[in-house]
Amino acid sequence: MRGRPLLVTNYADDQAMLKSTTQTVMAGLFLLFLVCIPLFAPGAIGGGESRIPGPTFLAGADWLKLLSELGIFAMAALGLNILSGLAGQVSLGHAFFMGLGAYTAAVLGSGPGALWGVGLPIWVWLPMAGLIPAAVGIVISPTAVRVRGLYLAIVTLGLVFIGEYVWRNLDFITGGSQSGRNFPALQVRLWREEEALLDLEASGTWLGFLNLSGEGKFYLFILALTVLFVIVAKNIQRSRVGRAFQAIRDRDVAAEIMGVDEFRYKTLAFAISSFYAGVAGALLAVEVGRTIPEQWDLLLSVEIIAIVLIGGAGSISGVLMGSAFVVLLPRLVQDFGNLLQQSAASGGVLATIFDPILSTGPGDFGVVNLSPGVAPGLGILQLNTLIYGLLIIAFLIFEPLGLYGVWVRIRNYWKGWPFTY
Amino acid sequence: MLVDWLSLGSIYALLAVGFVIIFKSTQVLNFAHGALAALGAFLVASMATILQIPGRWMGSAPVWLKWTSSALVALAAAALIGLILERLFIRPMLGEGLFSVAIVTLGLDIVIRTVSNDFMGTNPRPLGFPGGTASLDLGWVVIPWNVVVSVIVTLVAVVLIATFFLSRTGVAMRATAFDQEAARAQGINVGRIFSLAWAIGSVMAAVAGIFLSVFPRRSTGVDTATAFLAFAAFPAIILGGLDSIVGAVVGGYAIGLAQAAVTEFLSNNPSFAFLGSGFGGVVPYVLMLLVLLIKPYGLFGTEEIRRV
Repeated sequence: MRGRPLLVTNYADDQAMLKSTTQTVMAGLFLLFLVCIPLFAPGAIGGGESRIPGPTFLAGADWLKLLSELGIFAMAALGLNILSGLAGQVSLGHAFFMGLGAYTAAVLGSGPGALWGVGLPIWVWLPMAGLIPAAVGIVISPTAVRVRGLYLAIVTLGLVFIGEYVWRNLDFITGGSQSGRNFPALQVRLWREEEALLDLEASGTWLGFLNLSGEGKFYLFILALTVLFVIVAKNIQRSRVGRAFQAIRDRDVAAEIMGVDEFRYKTLAFAISSFYAGVAGALLAVEVGRTIPEQWDLLLSVEIIAIVLIGGAGSISGVLMGSAFVVLLPRLVQDFGNLLQQSAASGGVLATIFDPILSTGPGDFGVVNLSPGVAPGLGILQLNTLIYGLLIIAFLIFEPLGLYGVWVRIRNYWKGWPFTY
Repeated sequence: MLVDWLSLGSIYALLAVGFVIIFKSTQVLNFAHGALAALGAFLVASMATILQIPGRWMGSAPVWLKWTSSALVALAAAALIGLILERLFIRPMLGEGLFSVAIVTLGLDIVIRTVSNDFMGTNPRPLGFPGGTASLDLGWVVIPWNVVVSVIVTLVAVVLIATFFLSRTGVAMRATAFDQEAARAQGINVGRIFSLAWAIGSVMAAVAGIFLSVFPRRSTGVDTATAFLAFAAFPAIILGGLDSIVGAVVGGYAIGLAQAAVTEFLSNNPSFAFLGSGFGGVVPYVLMLLVLLIKPYGLFGTEEIRRV
């Protein structure tokens, strides 16, 4: 090794996307692992039972869906990260833009039926699902740019409530609160009537020897899109635009004096973040399959904020860590609940430990309740919500830099090991 | 419509005043205010109808006395909860950025709402407000007594708080809001100011929560939606300006008037049915957006002076 590691001698190195050989290799290997996940399933390659060795459970339908969801939430959070982490504008209105993207996709992508639908192919509706929210973001940004700081937080809060009302009442688009609506399938075709060139939701064989399930294809599609969005976000961050955003975040008056057009860049930040939110919203709706207007509520916004804050505001790898944390958390809580239930049923030492936590029937005051409606205590869903809330608080109080900050500290510790500095 | 206006306006004004107290003295934007209001109302419901504290020891005392003492116990509990929350979650954030603290209260809102909803269950809990349907007949208009009470409570609360801000402690509060470090250098116990503000704030939230759950329109009691209804007070706060008590009251009654008037107008004019259901509920937010387009710091808010 020549010289000191991570010694930056020129500007290009300082701005590089991957700063060292180690980082490049690690990122490449991780990406390779992610691409291989659907191939861990038995019989994924060729005709027999051959597969790539690896944790098989990841290639199961439920985990692939979960990982797709992770990618979608990461996209949404990347958008909020540009607005809040880079440009410093707090927005609670992300759920509104996600909903807007979803319904744009639904109208443009679904075939005509009881609800509005035009039936255009994916290469029209997916970009439009981002562009329409971006346009709306630009339209409402004059209000958002004029108000500052905490006022902005409340204005965007209002946006979520107005949005929810609009979705409820546009029942020819959204299907209303009762039934909701279906979203277009992920099928690539040239125009409406053509046979699908690429069906991303049905199982099939790729390149003649890769046997993929529908979930696997969907996952790979989301993975590709997430990587694309990460690269774009990283490039925004390290370009002139990103530096202007950060200047506005750190001190808006000073930024203006340096020649940063505050109005223009704040509007741009809103537009970019809404684009990300819209695409993520459309994909989320496609993934879930059927949504009701109430899904695009404040809690969704808070979830995205939680991702950004838990991961570490302003850092892209932080956002990825944060979304992994927030999306996988419900699954872990669920598994933990099942573990509790099993140990309670089987008796023994674990049951004695877990019994005070668990609430099994009326009159049993445990914290976790596995049979909702019968016993007091928090159900799994409520427990999740509670944990989100507590985690947001805990991270802000104890580690404002989020998981990214934790990672930096671990890295710095091992860099100097066995010395403390 | 007058009744609707007064009841909605009082609720919004009360919520806004409690919110402004916390903001004016600690610069904390309290997103948990709605959750605290619902929690306060639920405490009253528990004390007055479920646990009957202290009514069960009062023998044959009149109903209104039992209810009032239960309400007072509940308000004391609300103050205690405010103190605990401040001590646990807000105090460690002393000196941190405004946004971080605001997001902490957002997390707090989720936590309080989840826990209190779990205790509440799915059915509304009645508050057992005495004198439920009796009305004051002024000849030209009939106003239910609880609406009259709410207006009086609002006005009394506002006067008390406005006077309080002129007192020695009140001035200390304003100094703390202006600059925590400078206030500390002047010998003000900033921590105690925070505690006090949160105690008063959560009591105000609880009072607002009571009225939020007993009005004729929603006489069923406190339920899981109450906290969300309380979110509609945010436009009132913004309309008046985040740091103005007078603004909070004016904003509250203005938003209440707009909402009541629009709801009334829509129910009389079926030709506007295309606006759909629940338009009255979003009127506050629309009004807020319009006002902010013209005056970015609300009607009575202190404009932030941007200087180099």
